Amino acid sequence: MEIIYILWLRQIKRYYRSKARIIGSLGQPLLFMVAFGFGFGPIYQKAGEGNYLEFLVPGVIAMSILFSAVFSGLEIIWDRQFGFLKEMLVAPVSRLKIMIGRSLGGATVAVIQGLVVLVLSFLIGFHIIDWWMLSAAVVVMFLIAFLFTLFGTAVASLMKDVQGFQLIINLLIMPLLFLSGAFFPLDSLPRAIQAPMMANPLAYGVDALRGTLVGLHQFSLAADFTILGTIIILLLVISSYLFSKIQA
Amino acid sequence: MSDFPLDAAEEITISPRRSYMIITVKGLTKKFGDFIAVDNISFEVQAGEILAFLGPNGAGKTTTIKMLTTVLEPTGGTIELNGFNPLTHQDEARHSFGIVFQDASVDDELTAYENMLMHAVLYGVPRETRQERIRQLLEFVELWDRRKDFVKNFSGGMKRRLEIAKGLLHHPKILFLDEPTQGLDPQTRNHIWEYIRQMNREEKMSVFFTTHYIEEAEKSADRVVIIDHGRIIAVGTPTELKAQAGEDNLEQAFIKLTGNVIRDETVDPNQNLMRRFARR
Repeated sequence: MEIIYILWLRQIKRYYRSKARIIGSLGQPLLFMVAFGFGFGPIYQKAGEGNYLEFLVPGVIAMSILFSAVFSGLEIIWDRQFGFLKEMLVAPVSRLKIMIGRSLGGATVAVIQGLVVLVLSFLIGFHIIDWWMLSAAVVVMFLIAFLFTLFGTAVASLMKDVQGFQLIINLLIMPLLFLSGAFFPLDSLPRAIQAPMMANPLAYGVDALRGTLVGLHQFSLAADFTILGTIIILLLVISSYLFSKIQA
Repeated sequence: MSDFPLDAAEEITISPRRSYMIITVKGLTKKFGDFIAVDNISFEVQAGEILAFLGPNGAGKTTTIKMLTTVLEPTGGTIELNGFNPLTHQDEARHSFGIVFQDASVDDELTAYENMLMHAVLYGVPRETRQERIRQLLEFVELWDRRKDFVKNFSGGMKRRLEIAKGLLHHPKILFLDEPTQGLDPQTRNHIWEYIRQMNREEKMSVFFTTHYIEEAEKSADRVVIIDHGRIIAVGTPTELKAQAGEDNLEQAFIKLTGNVIRDETVDPNQNLMRRFARR
């Protein structure tokens, strides 16, 4: 237990000590909320869909969690580069514990990030419909965060250096983001695009977040939770296997 | 290449004051693609012994240490560490040793103390003794006053000292040191070796180290193994190796045994490949 705790703590410390990272990673979601929110808002309203900000903010929160979480997972590549990975690899503890500690830490950081974006969104006029649902929203945030930290860990376990990093972001993360329904509704899109969306775990995260924050959802919350939970278990198995195979 | 047959050298490995082998390596081999980094090597380390593992750059020293310390899987051969097979009993094997890597293994974003604490937790050092032991070791490497500083602000020498303190923290039975004193001034090197010898004497800790400072091996090692091109070419006490090579210091003996050719710095097969391409 203590091993999981200390590796969790390490992620938290690294986060709050890196002020540039905090500010940098808040800038992007803020920009999206302001630019998209005010830019597409009137069009969205004219199309008879209602308040766009309400639709957009949960998506932007999910986006900032996605980036923060994947980045935490991918940090293993940096640990390899700077040497700390070796310290973890030769330690006489199961790699599963190490991976879980790290991933919980990364997920916690991502949730904090998501909550900060939520608070920022209040400044530009977003409001929650039911404060009682906020705790459910935090659970959803955690599920998204944990899922994508594990995903990042799995990917990083297969990578030797940082060269492939941009590739991962552009070819994996951006499509996941744009095909998640974070920025536009999914239901009126062509079938061919809907199919990959159904296979995208982030789509269920965004849906559940929107459901808990503003009461808009395409699937049932139960379905969202079941799917997210199943994928997390699957990723736990895969990433702990890949992490255990890392060689220095 | 080998003027000195192994059989002759192996006879002297039996020393009366020690009883058992803490490390036994048989036929250890590591291939990276076509490149054979370590080629069927066998040797033993006695409990309580200080063994120097010497060789030119790219000879296979670090690859061997990585295999011994469970971070790299051998292509062939067997290893026994403190009676455990590192492949099947990883955790027991890992508990048995401490390691100071050739390059950094500390977290730059944490303080010196936090790095030590992390290590103590990972190695299950009991809560009651943790603080005291961390203080002891940080004082020894003269970093106690800087314990709250981030490691990223440390100089190269300070980082090395921290690495060494960390490697000793859990009082391992075997200490692996991969060029531990590289880039350090003579004072610090001396100081570190004094402590290692003290730990060796008092705790009966076995030491397996590599170095390019041959005089460190001459001064501190009970026995020396020389590896070149992935093969062991000589084994013996410093005195014996000097006698074999007919030289009066170990450095000269080392050069005579391994030849004068300057080696490529790297053993990374991909880089060798790149170089081959570049030559075309």
